Formats: sequence, C-alpha cells, structure tokens
Amino acid sequence: MELTLWTYEGPPHVGAMRIAASMHGVHYVLHAPQGDTYADLLFTMIERRGQRPPVTYTTFQARDLGGDTAELVKRHVQEAADRFQPDALLVGESCTAELIQDQPGALAQGMGLPMPVVTLELPAYSKKENWGASETFYQLMRGLLKQSVPPQPSHDVQAWKHEGRRPRVNLLGPSLLGFRCRDDVLEVQRLLSLHGIDVGVVAPLGAGVEDILRLPQADLNVCLYPEVAESSCSWLERNFGIPFSKTVPIGMGATHDFLVEVHALLGMTPPEAAEGYQRSRMPWYSESVDSTYLTGKRVFIFGDGTHAIAAARICSEELGFTVVGLGSYSREMARPVRAAAKKLGLEALICDDYLAVEAAMAEAAPELVLGTQMERHSAKRLGIPCAVISTPMHVQDVPARLSPQMGWEGANVIFDAWVHPLMMGLEEHLIGMFRHDFEFVDGHQSHLGHAGGAGAGNNHGTESVRASGCQDEAPSGQLIWTADGEAELKKIPFFVRGKVRRNAESYARTVGCKEISSETLYDAKAHYKA
Amino acid sequence: MVRPVPVDADVMSANLLKESGPREVFCGLTSIVWLHRRMPDAFFLVVGSRTCAHLIQSAAGVMIFAEPRFGTAILSERDLAGLADAHDELDRVARELLMRRPEIRTLFLVGSCPSEVIKLDLARAAERLNEELQGRVRVVNYSGSGIETTFTQGEDGALAALVPLLPASESRQLLLVGTLADAVEDRLIHLFSKLGIESVRSLPPRQSSELPPVGSGTTVLLTQPFLTETARLLRDRGATVLKAPFPLGAEGSRRWMEAAAADFHCPEASVRAVLDPLEARARIALAPHREVLAGKRIFLLPESQLELPLARFLHRECGMDLVEVGVPYLNREQMAEELALLPDGTTVVEGQHVERQLDRVRAGHPDLVVCGMGLANPLEAEGITTKWSIELVFSPIHGIDQAGDLAELFSRPLHRRQLIHSALHPQASDHPVHA
Repeated sequence: MELTLWTYEGPPHVGAMRIAASMHGVHYVLHAPQGDTYADLLFTMIERRGQRPPVTYTTFQARDLGGDTAELVKRHVQEAADRFQPDALLVGESCTAELIQDQPGALAQGMGLPMPVVTLELPAYSKKENWGASETFYQLMRGLLKQSVPPQPSHDVQAWKHEGRRPRVNLLGPSLLGFRCRDDVLEVQRLLSLHGIDVGVVAPLGAGVEDILRLPQADLNVCLYPEVAESSCSWLERNFGIPFSKTVPIGMGATHDFLVEVHALLGMTPPEAAEGYQRSRMPWYSESVDSTYLTGKRVFIFGDGTHAIAAARICSEELGFTVVGLGSYSREMARPVRAAAKKLGLEALICDDYLAVEAAMAEAAPELVLGTQMERHSAKRLGIPCAVISTPMHVQDVPARLSPQMGWEGANVIFDAWVHPLMMGLEEHLIGMFRHDFEFVDGHQSHLGHAGGAGAGNNHGTESVRASGCQDEAPSGQLIWTADGEAELKKIPFFVRGKVRRNAESYARTVGCKEISSETLYDAKAHYKA
Repeated sequence: MVRPVPVDADVMSANLLKESGPREVFCGLTSIVWLHRRMPDAFFLVVGSRTCAHLIQSAAGVMIFAEPRFGTAILSERDLAGLADAHDELDRVARELLMRRPEIRTLFLVGSCPSEVIKLDLARAAERLNEELQGRVRVVNYSGSGIETTFTQGEDGALAALVPLLPASESRQLLLVGTLADAVEDRLIHLFSKLGIESVRSLPPRQSSELPPVGSGTTVLLTQPFLTETARLLRDRGATVLKAPFPLGAEGSRRWMEAAAADFHCPEASVRAVLDPLEARARIALAPHREVLAGKRIFLLPESQLELPLARFLHRECGMDLVEVGVPYLNREQMAEELALLPDGTTVVEGQHVERQLDRVRAGHPDLVVCGMGLANPLEAEGITTKWSIELVFSPIHGIDQAGDLAELFSRPLHRRQLIHSALHPQASDHPVHA
C-alpha cells in the first residue's frame, strides 16, 4: 500500500483509452464500475475534444456482483458492436473488474462478432498509464497483423530505390493526451517531406484499422515516442524486419541526429550539417549577445523520459545552462534517464512522489525548472520560474496555436518557452531591486503571485520565498546572522537566495564560525566556487 | 428499455420511468472534493486503486494545493494477496499520514470499489486506529465506491458516519444538514435568527471536531436532496426531519424556511415580513434571466441528484419547458415535495442508459442540456448548448438570495451562444466586398 496524494500517471486502462480515442473505427468495451467514466473528461475537457472517447463502460454495481456479471459484459459488448459497428473492438477491464475475474476478453472472443476482437490484460495494481498505452497499441497492432507475418522476415529497407518511388516511413507513437503530439506530427511530416521522404501511416493518432494493416508497407518506422511505440516498433522489426529510428528529434542536435539516422537507414545521402542553422532561428538566438546571460543558469528537469532526456541535452549543449537535477516519473525509461544524468555528472531522480520531486528541486536551488504542470506549481511555491515540458496533460498544454516540440520549428518553440520565464526571472529581480523607487509605489503584480517582486514597503514576497525555500533546511543551531550579513543576502536575487543562505550556514559550521557577516558570505562564495 | 414505474396515484403526477445500462456519472468518492474544503481539520484517505487517485485529482484539479487534505492508499498486488497484510499496511499508511499532518483531527477512511470487492473491513480498521490514537484523532469510515454510490451520495456516507459521534442534547435547535458554502450558511443563519430561530447548527460543521449535538429537540432541514441515510440516522437519534422542497430558487428556499418557521412556531406575520421583501428582491434578480430562459426547452442528464429541485426551479421560476429530467436514483419519499411541484406528465427517468439518453437528447432538440464534463463538449460540438452540472455542487446556489445567481448559471451558456455564434459560423456575408 502506498500513500499517494497526487499521481503523474493514471491507471493502465486510461492508457488504453488514449489509444482507442486516438484512432478511428476502434471501440473499447471496458468492464468497469460506475465512476470510472471520469476518464472521459480527460479527453473532452483537458484535450477539449468534441467527441466522446469511444468507450462503453459495463457499469456494474454491487448488486450485480452476486449475479451474472459475465452476462452483463456480453450484453454491453453486443450493444457496443451493434451501435458503433467498429472495425476492431478492444475489450478489457479496470482495476475493480480485474478482481472479479470475468475474463471479458475471452467472453467477447466467443461471441462470434464480425470484427476483430483484441483482449487487453493491463494489470492495474502494478502498471500505469504509459505502459497501458504502449501495451494496447502493441496488442492491437499484433492482433491485426499477426496473420500477415511472413515466415522469414525479408525486408529491403532500400526497396524504394528500385521501385522508383520516394522512401516511405511510418510515424509511430503520437497519441491523445501526449505532450504536443498533434503539432509534432505536422512538424516531423514537414521535416521529412523536405528531404523527399513520405509518411505512410501515422499511428495511433488519426489512424484506422486499415492504416494498421498498411504498416508493413513502409521502408522504415520512426519511433517518435518510445513510451508508447517502442514495443510495437521492436515487434515490427522482429517479425517483418522493418528497422526503426531511435532518435527523438527534440532540439537542434537531436533533430540533426534524427535526420542522419533516418537517411542512413534508408540508404540516402545525409543532409547538410548546416540545415538546422538555416531552418531554425533557435541557434542564432542562443548565440546572440542577448542570450549571454543564460550562461550557466541552473536548471532542474523533471518529466516523462523522452522529454526529460531531450531537455537535458538542449539545456546543456544548446542553451549553455547548467543542469542541476534530472529525473523522470517513467520507471520504464529509468535506464536512459540515468544514463543522461550520469553524462551530466548527476544522479537521476526516478520517482513518482511529487513532494520528493519538490524537495529535490528546493535542494538543487535552480534558477529555472522544466517540468510537468505539478513542477510548475511546486516551482511557483518556491518562487522559481518554470516551463512545462511534459505530460500529465493540462488544458494549457493544448494551445490553439501550432506549438511543436520536435524538429526545427520545435526548437524555436522551445527557445521561446524556456527562455521567456527566465527573462521574467530577471524582470522579477529588477522589480525587486527597484522596489523602493517611487514608480513602484502602486505595487507591480508579479506573474509569480506574491512570491515574486512586490510594491514598495511590501516584503511579503521575499519572506514567503525564504519560508518555503528553506523548509527542508536543518535548524541553524547557534548560527547568528549579523545585520550586514542579512543586508548582503537581501541583495542576492530571490531565486538563489535560499541556496546562498544554506551555503553560507554550512560553510560557517564547517569552519566553526558562529556569526555570519557579509565577509562570511563572500568567504562561502569563494569556498563553493573553488 | 425505459420501463414505467408504478406510482401511488395520490403522490405525484410526473411520468416516472426507469432505465439501466452504461452510465456516465461520477462515483461517491467525488464528494471528497467539496467535503474536505468544508472541514479543514479533516483528512479523507481513500483506500483504493490508482484509478481512485486519478479520479479525484482529475475532478478536483488538485495541483493548486501544496498538499491536499485527501489522498489514496493505493492497493498493490501484495495487499490483494493477503488481507492481514493489507490491514497492517493501512495502519502504517494512516500513522505516516497523521505524523505528517499533526493538525488533522478527523480521519475519514473511505472505501472504494476495489476495497469493497476484496472486503477490506474499514470499520474494523477505524476501530483499531481509534484505540491506538486514543482520541487524539477520530477515525471514521464510509464507502464512496462506485458499485454502491453515485457522486453526491458520498456526502451522505460521510455525514452518516458522523451521526453516531454527535453528542446528545435535548435542547431545541435547528440543524442544517448538507454542505453549504460558508457565506451561504452565514446568511441563512442570519435569516433564521430574523425569523426568531436563534439556535442553528450545521452538519458537516466547519471544524470536524466541533460536531453539533442532536436529540429530540432537534429539527433537521436538509439542504441537499441526497442525504437519505443521514436523515434516517438523525431520525433514529430523535431528531425531526422536516419535509420541504429544497432551498434552490426563491420559491423552494422560501418554502424550506417556512417549514422551519412553522416547526418553531414563528408568528406567520413576522415570517412574511422577513420573507416577502426577500422574495420580491429575488424576483427582480431573476427577471433578466427569465427573459433568456422562458419558453426554452431543457434536458437534464442524471448526475448530482439536484436535477429534480433544479427542474422545479427552472420550470416554475424561469419558465423553462422540461424535456426530460434524469436522476441517478430516486428516493420518492424524500423527493415527494419536489415531484409534487413538477408539471403534470414531466418525464422523470431514474438510472441511465447513456447512449439511449443521448439519442433522446438529439431527437428532442433541447435548447439547453445539463450534463457531466464527459459529455458537455461533445454535445456542444454537435451544436447543443450545455451547462456542466458539476458547477452546481461547487457554486453557492442555495437560499433565496442566490436565486438570481442560480438562474444565471443556466442563462449564461445561452447568452454566450447568442453573442458569438453568428460570427464564428458565418453564413452569407452581410458585408459585400465591392459594395
């Protein structure tokens, strides 16, 4: 039993719903009690979808449990098949139905329905949403394609050359409730078509059963989101011999690597190395003098595996930030996240307790947080600017405008989205510096709420930052801050003040000094920089 | 498969039907979203699955809290394998939680579908923890599971769990039962005192440790229509539960207050002197909304149990026509006053087959549909204006002074459509380019 106040991922059947709702012609009968329908609102409210997810809930009640719940399942399966006439039917159960063991999949298989029926077994007490999405996509694809698996995989990835056509790839992994998937697909399609590469099937997002059946016709699969598509890509490789690209094109370097990988796999001449510089504004924006102040900014990164790893690379290699924390809630992605962290001299935080993430964030004292919506809230409490890079999805993460993360345009979007909060961080600092000027008498509302700069004579901002930023700190014991020490500390930007305070105190303890004056602060600074 | 229900001829003239099938409603756990705000010294610990945790956070948008006062003890495969372990584990989680939140005075252990199915005995767990905590924290239990409860019924369970703990007192008092917004509660207490009823208490109270007394001097007014079990237990404790329409709209609220006034023998003339001007003011507040709503056709899907009082208000005070009124379940005795005020032949459907009900929505071409969050945008996308019902359990809508605000919740979506529809869906241009 695990105490959970908030969770990054839903149960695995929500992952299955993401696959069903992403596709057309696929219906999902979910053996579940009343109340599990809450998951519909993730699609209709958070993603603002104008269609209900294609899910029929069997809605069993306590009084059904004594009787024949199997009959109830069959009735709902039949009704769903008759009413929606899907091209394929997914049948599975939510956590409660798993306990009563009605085997809804087997029941549906035995009903002689005209469409393919795919049974989903998603262990609700050990697995989570992304795993459920991946497993569902895999089972559906396998169920539809297993009859056409050749005895020996014989795939010629360069067949396009002698067939006199452009090379063709599938984009696998984008789904509803995935971070910016809708826009990433458009951007990657554009990117590939610039290089004369056609996109065959995009799945699951927007795909139908007939598209899944066409998957083997591609020369190459592109695994856009390994959380959802890696197991499917591997299966297609093992059984049909179709290789897949593994680089996720988020950021300048990764987009370049992605193009090189895809070109190499397809037997094409690799693209010009300068393409990114020509196609994206991001590299020049990062080089321009205005960006000098970004150098060494301390960044804390937390999200799903794909986006956290991508962010770490962009931050350290393309923006000149210092990554001071890297982690993910995706246990399935723990290995690559750990490797990425190790490269940066960090130990990855693999954790799904948001309070532990907040504590790690406070400890790392970053100047910028890249995280999920939850880290945005934690960062707000700590008074640190934040940009959102990953699911779980919030209505704000589905902007009306085109806003990809992938490809050259994605790099532009990322530059704006990650640097703007920092500019505001600087702005907060300026407001703090000038708060005693008469122009600020009316009080300027900070986007950080009361945690940032405030009007003259209002010290609440700094106080609350101190209070929340230092909550995990050990009691200062006998240490005394002198008036000039406190005054010096106040000159330091609020978002690093907690860190400086802690450093000064631990330095004072190390050297056995009982008072912290401005001199101690400078000593500590020299000590920690050395 | 809508089946007619036999009706006692003298009670009601509504056309009562029953339906079953796939439902689109929340389970009782959802009530925690407003209950925890009412009692800031209480913690709601759901014993359930990741689905339960995900449900509450999705319904509540909990990220704004540093640390919410509700959480889920998520069952793992190990807990399912051995119930003895599950009890030990629950004790451990409860202890951890209380250590972390020393300000908590009442811990609600909330049963869920999985905990009910594996028959994890939360009453025994509560008893054990109560012994261990020796009064420092009170531990009670109830079920919010979807296999037994619908949405607002969770509040009934939570309040029913508190009734045995209420101190006994024979003193004369009015007890308002059901969560109210604090400001609405203050206002109602003020109005009751103007009527001459001085001792007014509330269940749930604002602090879980300050439970109101109950006894034969207690008169209960239910503020919400979903408190069947709580009402029964209060009756068992000697209280009188008044029959009245529920305090939604000017008429309902007035009748509701008059029921209390009669029970406390407040002089009729002074009751009129207090209520007449309030009602007149409410009519003024209602007028602009009535203008929008009158003659419009409304279809209410089942969700919160507020559907019947709302339908009564929307018909009688706002002039709306009722296409169909859905209710998750119907307690005819508790709803008798409401049913009696509905126009003859109103179609009231208990239970749900969501697909068939949506077929009827489409066929009935209503002007406004009241529905849950899963259905609202899909209906809007079909061109059907909606009002999401969850807002009705979060907004201060009770009492005579809120009648205008309540009507506004329904007139706003219609008004909005009227404002933006033609610009967003241009027909032929009124502005020729080469005039």
